[in-house]
Amino acid sequence: MAIDFTLNEQRSSYRGDPAMPLLWYLRDHARLTGTKFGCGIGYCGACTVHLDGAAARSCLTPMSRVAGRAVTTIEGLARGAQLHPLQQAWIDEDVPQCGYCQAGQIMAAADLLARKPQPSEADLATLTNLCRCGTYPRIRKAIRRAAAQLQGARR
Amino acid sequence: MSVTRGAGPLSRRDFLSVSMTAAGALMASFNAPGVAHTAPSRAAAAARPVGGQPLGAFVRIETDGRVVIGARGCEIGQGVKTSLPMLIAEELDVPWSAVTVEQLPYGLLAGHDPPGFTSRYGPQGAGGSTNIPDAWNDLRQAGARVRWLLVQAAAQIWQQPADQLRTRDAQVLHPDGRTLSYGQLARRAATLAAAPADVPLKPRSGYRIIGHPTRVIDAREIVTGAAAYGIDAALPGALTAVIARCPYFDGAVAHIDDAQARRVPGVRQVFSIPGPRAGAVLDRNLAAGVAVVADDFWSARQGREALRITWTVGPGAQDSSDALERRAAAALATRGKIARQDGDLEAARKAGDRVVQAVYVMPLLAHATLEPPNALIDLRAQRALLVASLQSPGGASRMISAMTGIPRPDIEIRLLRVGGGFGRGLQNDFVAEAVLVAQSVKAPVKVIWTREDDLQNDFYRPFGLHELTATLDAQRRVTGWAHRVAATPRKYRAEGMEEESDWIGCADLPVEFSLARGWLRGPLPTFSAFAVQSFLDEVALAAGADPLALRLELLGAPRQLPYRDHGGPKLHTERLAGVLRRAAQEVGYGGKVPPGHGIGLASHFTHGGYVAHAFEVAVSAAGELEVVRCVCAADVGEVVNPLGLEAQMMGATIDGLSTALNLQITLKDGRVEQSNFPDYPLLRMAAAPDVDVHLLDSQVPPSGAGEMGMPTVAPALVNAIFAASGKRIRRLPLGAQLKGPTAAS
Ligand code: FES
Ligand code: FES
Repeated sequence: MAIDFTLNEQRSSYRGDPAMPLLWYLRDHARLTGTKFGCGIGYCGACTVHLDGAAARSCLTPMSRVAGRAVTTIEGLARGAQLHPLQQAWIDEDVPQCGYCQAGQIMAAADLLARKPQPSEADLATLTNLCRCGTYPRIRKAIRRAAAQLQGARR
Repeated sequence: MSVTRGAGPLSRRDFLSVSMTAAGALMASFNAPGVAHTAPSRAAAAARPVGGQPLGAFVRIETDGRVVIGARGCEIGQGVKTSLPMLIAEELDVPWSAVTVEQLPYGLLAGHDPPGFTSRYGPQGAGGSTNIPDAWNDLRQAGARVRWLLVQAAAQIWQQPADQLRTRDAQVLHPDGRTLSYGQLARRAATLAAAPADVPLKPRSGYRIIGHPTRVIDAREIVTGAAAYGIDAALPGALTAVIARCPYFDGAVAHIDDAQARRVPGVRQVFSIPGPRAGAVLDRNLAAGVAVVADDFWSARQGREALRITWTVGPGAQDSSDALERRAAAALATRGKIARQDGDLEAARKAGDRVVQAVYVMPLLAHATLEPPNALIDLRAQRALLVASLQSPGGASRMISAMTGIPRPDIEIRLLRVGGGFGRGLQNDFVAEAVLVAQSVKAPVKVIWTREDDLQNDFYRPFGLHELTATLDAQRRVTGWAHRVAATPRKYRAEGMEEESDWIGCADLPVEFSLARGWLRGPLPTFSAFAVQSFLDEVALAAGADPLALRLELLGAPRQLPYRDHGGPKLHTERLAGVLRRAAQEVGYGGKVPPGHGIGLASHFTHGGYVAHAFEVAVSAAGELEVVRCVCAADVGEVVNPLGLEAQMMGATIDGLSTALNLQITLKDGRVEQSNFPDYPLLRMAAAPDVDVHLLDSQVPPSGAGEMGMPTVAPALVNAIFAASGKRIRRLPLGAQLKGPTAAS
């Protein structure tokens, strides 16, 4: 039975093992490799995507749970050439080191900003994505920068 | 760590080879300096590029003015894809904004005299923080020589002596104000002979790129998911392999029941692969196992889950971390091999001097790069293509050639971004696995490790006990110092390496242990600094001295001390004192802190760089630790990219903190106990402090920076903990020691 869903605003359909995690559908079948594999058990956040706009760890999201929903990956976060303010802030604050975790970090932060446009320290501390390179201080700066920019834009 | 350095300025005529592309662009490549270094006279003539693959170039100037610079290093997060091209762009005199950077593949150059191969682009591996020092002269000179050609071309056109022409922003300037752009000059410059000798480099005051904050060159690709890592590589028709490895080191496969595995949709093949022979050199894969080859990762993983394997346990099947520590403690009670002896500690003891002694425990550690090991290989009868996340492409090239008989020039290695290195990629065991699997599969194949595979099959940072002894005379001056190390040798079953005496200590007591060991970020300095810098505080306490004052006193007057290990041959005491003073000043050392707070310091010389850390921590009555402030001061010579350097120091600080607080690998009944991040809990955002990084202005040539920020974190932290709580931590990781009654004081 086909599983229908939208992927970065495109209609998509999948027929295969419904238990396959979305992560591996994205990486091996849709060839969207921006979503990364780090632990496979929902701990590291490298695989974070949005399901109907909310952050989800795609390594623990079976394809069966994607039916009828909208999946957004890092490749679909920008509006065309217009980067999401977080992506721009990540560049401006020079966040990435190896960069491997950063797609997941940005997707998690985008979800946070959508819920908490002016995140507190405590809100930032709810982000549990791992960064092996230790970019956390710059991640915090980048999120604050994007939040300030979004607030300015709303005024 | 094999560390070879470029031997200063090069003066070979063909150091740079210049050619023109079909479109008239100027292409400048670099002939490997290694050839010249090993045989300066005739090797140059004998060196030729090998293989049919299109080799990249260091600099390409298109007729429309675009400037493309090739990046030769393995980008593992240390920023070399940005910083190395910066060196070229500076001397080429082009605005950084006009530069496009392209990753170069691994490139070989054949030398006939002596026969053998060397890297076409110079050193391409990432180990020992040597990329910047290796490139400092060579890549600036490469840029300067291309600029020299462009000036010659303009001189011909204008019939004007070249020494009257200047350059600026990718243009050659005539004294009368006329200009010719590099793009206009490219075609003519490409026909000219290269500079006959080194050309002068810019004075520091003329820098417009070096020393200026420069962002990660491919940040946009990273934040949009477009940047490719080894694990993202694809080839048409490629299959994916996941391997079930024997959980016992030196164990083997006794029996496989693969009936269920073969029934998993997508699974193509299941077969066993051999591991190293017990006790033999570890130069290929680490473990015997069973490979499941499938259409995609998920099918392969499901296939592996369905395997029923009986393992033969290895000789270490009874071993455990506890037993290892007992063996190390027993070794400490013996004399051991004396690696270095200056003066006579026994005389000081006999003279009745006060003896201070402590033992520090360093755990086994894993690398846990966020991108798990992986390798994609297309193995044909006469050639091979490898795409993988590597730190040692040269090692991979040699290994594939040794395993397959394919000549090295016919092995193409493409480099993509690497999701973390930390020394893991200095070993190519995962490449060996890909070769072994590909030899049984008629398609390109990508081996992917899971996190469990990674934590359980690493070249671990060694375990060790450090016993430090100092003597103090009646005036409480330090009169003697001994440092004895009982550890699992770092060089373990490695070809041509003695399994001993490379610790920074004066007695070496190798301890038997069978698990592979390797290099982890700042290997020896990190292993030693915790003990030495903690003990300095203990000695200061016994001497009634201030820890900072004692350090400065022991460093003494500005002078150079001999240093045998990597980063030597000299250590400048005033540079070490400089970072120490700076860190102390920035943290407010000596000032008043609230009750329950304390400040601790540590400094160390690592691979030629000087770094100090200062922490202010608070320890509550319940043993809760809070990092209040965290300062890092670094003197790593002239700063190429301050933004990148700050990132390295910040990252290393958080790495050091993560490691000191929570990380260790332990063995029980012959098996590694940790399996995924919950048991190997890297620091998360909530616990990661901001790091106040201070870069000292320095005019000596740069030392590199990737590892220098790691060694001093743990000792500065525990020294601060002692200052705050009176509890002396001598065992890493900290874990729950502040909470239990066992904390020593
Ligand atoms: S890979 Fe999904 S959380 Fe780590
Ligand atoms: S930048 Fe390397 S893991 Fe985050």
